[in-house]
Amino acid sequence: MAVSSKKNVYRRVLKQLRPYMPLVILSLALALVTVAGNLWVPIIFGEIIDLIISPGNVDFDGMTAKFILLGGVIAATCAAQWVMNIINNNITYSVVRDIRSQAFAHLQVLPLNYIDGHSYGDIVSRNIADVDQFADGLLMGFTQLFTGVLTIIGTLVLMLALNWIIALIVFFITPLSLFVAKFIATRTYSMFIETSRLRGEQTAFVEEMIDNLKVVQAFGREQPNAVTFDGINDKLSAASLKSTFYSSLTNPCTRFVNSVVYAAVALSGALSLIFPMSLPIAFTAGKLTTLLSYSNQYTKPFNEISGVVTELQNAVACAARIYELIDEPAQIPDDPDAEELTDVRGDVAFEDVTFSYDPDKKLIEHLNISALAGQRVAIVGPTGCGKTTLINLLMRFYDPLEGSISVDGRSTKRVTRRSLRRNYGMVLQDTWLRSGTIRDNIVIGAPEATDEQVVAAAKAAHAHNFIMQLDKGYDTVIGEDGGNLSQGQKQLLCITRIMLCLPPMLILDEATSSIDTRTEMRIQRAFARLMEGRTSFIVAHRLSTIKEADVILVMKDGNIIEQGTHDELIARGGFYNKLYNSQFAK
Amino acid sequence: MGKLLKYLRHYKLESILAPFFKLLEASFELIVPLIVAAIIDNGVEGGRGAGYVVGMCFVLVALGLVGLVSAVTAQYFAAKSATGFARELRGDLFRKMQSLSYSQIDGVGTSRMITRMTSDVNQIQSGVNLVLRLFMRSPFIVFGAMIMAYVISVAAGNVFAVTIAVLCVVVFGIMIATIPLYRKSQSNLDSVTAATRQTLVGVRVLRAFCKEDEEVASYNRRNTALYSSQKFAGLISALMNPLTYAIINAGIIALIYAGALNVQSGALTQGEVIALYNYMTQILVELIKLANLIITVTKSFACAGRVNEIFDLPDMLSGGKGLPEGGGAHFIEFKNVCARYSGGANALTDVSFTAERGQTIGVIGGTGSGKTTLVNLIPHFYAASEGEVSVCGANVNDIGDEALRSMCGIVPQRAVLFSGSIRQNMKWGNENATDEQITAALKLACADDVVASKEGGLDAHVEQGGKNFSGGQRQRLTIARALVRRPQILILDDSASALDYATDARLRANLRTLDYDPVVFIVSQRTSSIKGADKIIVLDDGRVAGIGTHDELLKSCPLYGEIHYSQYEKEGA
Repeated sequence: MAVSSKKNVYRRVLKQLRPYMPLVILSLALALVTVAGNLWVPIIFGEIIDLIISPGNVDFDGMTAKFILLGGVIAATCAAQWVMNIINNNITYSVVRDIRSQAFAHLQVLPLNYIDGHSYGDIVSRNIADVDQFADGLLMGFTQLFTGVLTIIGTLVLMLALNWIIALIVFFITPLSLFVAKFIATRTYSMFIETSRLRGEQTAFVEEMIDNLKVVQAFGREQPNAVTFDGINDKLSAASLKSTFYSSLTNPCTRFVNSVVYAAVALSGALSLIFPMSLPIAFTAGKLTTLLSYSNQYTKPFNEISGVVTELQNAVACAARIYELIDEPAQIPDDPDAEELTDVRGDVAFEDVTFSYDPDKKLIEHLNISALAGQRVAIVGPTGCGKTTLINLLMRFYDPLEGSISVDGRSTKRVTRRSLRRNYGMVLQDTWLRSGTIRDNIVIGAPEATDEQVVAAAKAAHAHNFIMQLDKGYDTVIGEDGGNLSQGQKQLLCITRIMLCLPPMLILDEATSSIDTRTEMRIQRAFARLMEGRTSFIVAHRLSTIKEADVILVMKDGNIIEQGTHDELIARGGFYNKLYNSQFAK
Repeated sequence: MGKLLKYLRHYKLESILAPFFKLLEASFELIVPLIVAAIIDNGVEGGRGAGYVVGMCFVLVALGLVGLVSAVTAQYFAAKSATGFARELRGDLFRKMQSLSYSQIDGVGTSRMITRMTSDVNQIQSGVNLVLRLFMRSPFIVFGAMIMAYVISVAAGNVFAVTIAVLCVVVFGIMIATIPLYRKSQSNLDSVTAATRQTLVGVRVLRAFCKEDEEVASYNRRNTALYSSQKFAGLISALMNPLTYAIINAGIIALIYAGALNVQSGALTQGEVIALYNYMTQILVELIKLANLIITVTKSFACAGRVNEIFDLPDMLSGGKGLPEGGGAHFIEFKNVCARYSGGANALTDVSFTAERGQTIGVIGGTGSGKTTLVNLIPHFYAASEGEVSVCGANVNDIGDEALRSMCGIVPQRAVLFSGSIRQNMKWGNENATDEQITAALKLACADDVVASKEGGLDAHVEQGGKNFSGGQRQRLTIARALVRRPQILILDDSASALDYATDARLRANLRTLDYDPVVFIVSQRTSSIKGADKIIVLDDGRVAGIGTHDELLKSCPLYGEIHYSQYEKEGA
């Protein structure tokens, strides 16, 4: 990542934090109180210990005063820490909520171009995992970076004040533990890479074989598979042993360095006590206790800060990925004076339309189509000829690069996207159901529909029977991927949606491809009734389903190469004739 | 989890040594405050002098060094046991998964099986590792510190006991209170994730129906629920640090006060009070570690439970007696067979038919009519719930799956190849097949040109799933794979759907020439693929709507006619 863009990310994060600035400042102030309290307490304890010298030489009155002070400091520290924790949590979770909300709202206006061009997993992980990672970094940064730095500085200053010699000793030995940790981390990095490579290899093998377990069993390949698996498994286990072991050395090693520091403090402290004359400072057993407890505490923020730095770097990278999504330009908004498209008759025309997804690859050039109100327009052609693209353009999922598309003579760019889409009923080959009940899915286009209307629509789409066979009929809850429904049943539900809201224009893209021919014939009858008086665009693989179309557009490589009714096209003996006959060769 | 402990059996010694060395390390740590006390009492106050102090400080460093050595030894044994444990667990789990029956596979689902195998086992591995490392150490330090305190002074020991008890109540109380809250947050997060996915997958439909605003509103509801649950959980877990801090310091105050009384009476020295103070500060760190350890262990237990669900699935593979000599009256016979998937309605009802060697049997019907179920009963992938399926006169339940399946060549609906070479894929049919045999099978499956078109011929690389081949090429290769076996029963489950009519016809003609007379089942949606079959079974919603030849069925079975004429124009037939 370039420095400048990293800076931008920081600026964006700060902007994101702006509404919470008062809280941030309060949190920092409380952190100050917490650290001060944390550092003060060992001093008071040291002073108390100095009041306990030997039998008969214990100052109870002095102790009581100190205990009261101590109680106050501890109570204040705890209160400050609790409030600070709560504030930090709140800031983090609020920012997370805000970012997710922004990102999701942005997804609704992103051009399909972007959504089609990125894997869903990638976008989802930006909105979920990256935001979480970012939040963790933010939270850790808040709670640990500031307090860590304060603690280190405070400890150093106080140690210097207590005994500058010991302070210097601690100051120079402690970083050793950081070096050790760093040394181990760099050495084990390659072992972790190897382990995760092997784990990836094993996962790939498991996925391949478990995904196709039925084939594996059909061919009795269990034994050879187990042998291959064991081979990878042994290698993984060996690598994993190495990386687990070496990485687990960090803690004992830093603990050892700490114990050296501890011993050094004890030694120099005790010597200062034994030879008080040789030093220009006053030193006591209580102060030694304070120093010992500091030297235990002092290394902790170092380890934490080095953790925080990695965490923060990670968080910035995640934030960059999220902002990349949020900053992705939205689709061009509707014209401010765009009209609502109402009372549609259904004349649709493409005028000199040029379009392609990829500027380097021409797809549709100078295309002209005109469909009159109520006509059935079928689009056929080999895969990749641009059939689905036409639908993308009709629905304004994509806009033409040149030329225009009009409905009833009005350019679709001059009307709102929503009113345009509302006038189309669309059934796609890729059936999609939302998680919810069957009924929720059917009424998506007509939320006010009564139960009777829903059932009537389902009957028209031949979906009623299978719906009634489900556990709870129309109230059966289906998961995101349609649960146990077969592909054909899902298509029937999608058709039911359209049967219910009856828009004036229809788009059927391989709408019956997964339905068996017999049911399909029946649905065709229902479709035929539905298409009566509605302009319809039909894409179909099986040519038998489009013979009745008023006009058939034969597409190849983004162009319409033939156009006419079925009989005309057959009579012409061209590409359509060839296509048709290849399908019905006996 | 208990059941999985057996995977540690080869690592018994390691699993005992790891915690043992951890204990050793902890004991050395516990000695440190005593030495410091000695330095102050004997070295400083007692006048033993600088030499004593230096010596004692060397002892401190030596203790650290010995602690380091024991810790490293412990980590090694722990890592060895944990990784070895995971290795054996994975090995067994993989074997178990491979032995599951079709209905068990359907029930568990492959994506869940993969998660069990990967992330669940990893979680268990780190659980085992941590337990071996910390489960002994942390309680030992906590209670060891308490015992040391009792050794120094009973009053101090009592303070320790009370402090530890209160700390335990608070630490575990907060944990127990927050675990369900975090679980709730997690499920809210899952719901936010699902909403994000849904809006992407359904983007066309949602936009077509102008659902954008509704989507945002519903998302924001879920998002706010997540926020509230996280905030609430945070409110309670934010108590952990301040509360434990307060308790430990209150403990120290009590300790010092008790210590002061004892010093006054001469029962304790100043150095001993300092030692007690140091012990108290050690407790907190270890208790927090213990709390985190318990969270990890709870997670591992949950994962172990899920893995055990797989192990607990009953063994369905039947051993069986093998094929009887001579055979029955019919090669394959279905007698009043019903089949049902778990919990569902009958997928097949009352199906009866016979098939002989050398015959071709066509199976046709609508989506979900039971075609695939019918052919899956023959290799005993599923068992009939009623009635009897027999091969050579023996019930398939009794033959033994290995013997039965080695007779069958199966071409599944979804044409899948495996990563490797074409030759390796073909050898799935028969491990000992020669190149000549493979080439012959490829020719029969009209797949010889596929191999010829790839660089390297039989050695050509196949990507996972066969992605570098087209659908039609894959189908022909999977047919060849089944033919390499020279099966007595060949099952083609809608496996020519991606072939053009001419290739489909050529393939069927080739199958008729097989010299080993297999019975061939062809499942199809197209009447053209099964027109020439000796016997066609027409299924309608799991029931037999008609059995006969093409011409017979056209006359007698209206459903068959309907299917046929929907694909052909009436005048053309």
